[in-house]
Amino acid sequence: MRLAYFIPLALFLFFAGLAGYQLTQPKEQNVRSQMIEQPLPEFTLEPALEGMPGVSRADFVEGQPRLLNIWASWCLPCIAEAPHLERLREEGVEIIGIAVRDRPEAVADFLNRYGNPYSRIGSDDISELMLEIGASGVPETYVIDAAGNIRYQHIGDIRADTVPLLLEKLEEVR
Amino acid sequence: MRLWFAILALMAAPVLAQQSMPPAPYAYTQLEDPALEAEATELMETLRCLKCQSQSINDSDAPMAGDMRHQVRSRILAGESPDAIRSWLTQRYGDYVSYQPEVSSTTWPLFAIPLLLLLIVGGVLFTRLGKRRSDKGTE
Repeated sequence: MRLAYFIPLALFLFFAGLAGYQLTQPKEQNVRSQMIEQPLPEFTLEPALEGMPGVSRADFVEGQPRLLNIWASWCLPCIAEAPHLERLREEGVEIIGIAVRDRPEAVADFLNRYGNPYSRIGSDDISELMLEIGASGVPETYVIDAAGNIRYQHIGDIRADTVPLLLEKLEEVR
Repeated sequence: MRLWFAILALMAAPVLAQQSMPPAPYAYTQLEDPALEAEATELMETLRCLKCQSQSINDSDAPMAGDMRHQVRSRILAGESPDAIRSWLTQRYGDYVSYQPEVSSTTWPLFAIPLLLLLIVGGVLFTRLGKRRSDKGTE
């Protein structure tokens, strides 16, 4: 038997092995935004509840870097991240909120229960801003520099160990 | 008893347990012009739902998919071409959002390898068959 006859078998075993190995590997579920290092697009969102201002691109330009937090009152991880957002606010970070597919009463109720770390909250009823900046879920948090550029994306809820990371990123883009 | 079940079944309102916001205008409403709607559907079938990643936005009932359908339909209605809408999305989410593979610096082997294999097989067959014929000729 010629050795060359075993090449197809070897190739098959190689691919079967590769596929088998990949099956055991966890899949990256998050779709990361491709808008990092890009300017925040032009947008204007109505206030998400009475008594607080809405959000537009102009609110991100000038002064200091800010956090853009995408959340919703119906989102459970958002409850978990509320105290950590509060800590960021205490550190002097301005957090601008975007409430996704949410009702004013539900937003007010959520803020009453879990605190309000936001300087303003815009209402994104049809994921317009989410799609513009490449966000694929709730919650997500973006670092926006003072020139209005998107500089960093955090997918999922902010945990205790995310707080120093975000503070560092904010300092980096200052 | 059966009546009791029927009443209970009426009271169970699983739909209400979901988000109570009305969907985006074009999430579940087709465009009036059938030609434009066909164009939109063709595009929506090849765009990935970001929430349920094995479905297209045309198949998915996730609120996010509805919002994406709204974008597709309203942009088609505004006269944007399907290709422009697809690249608007890939600019934001990368190639992963599109089910239509493009030749790029990372995907070219997918297109090149089958061609290469066909060439090799063709070459092998050609030499073998050619040899057999010439063998016959000398018999």
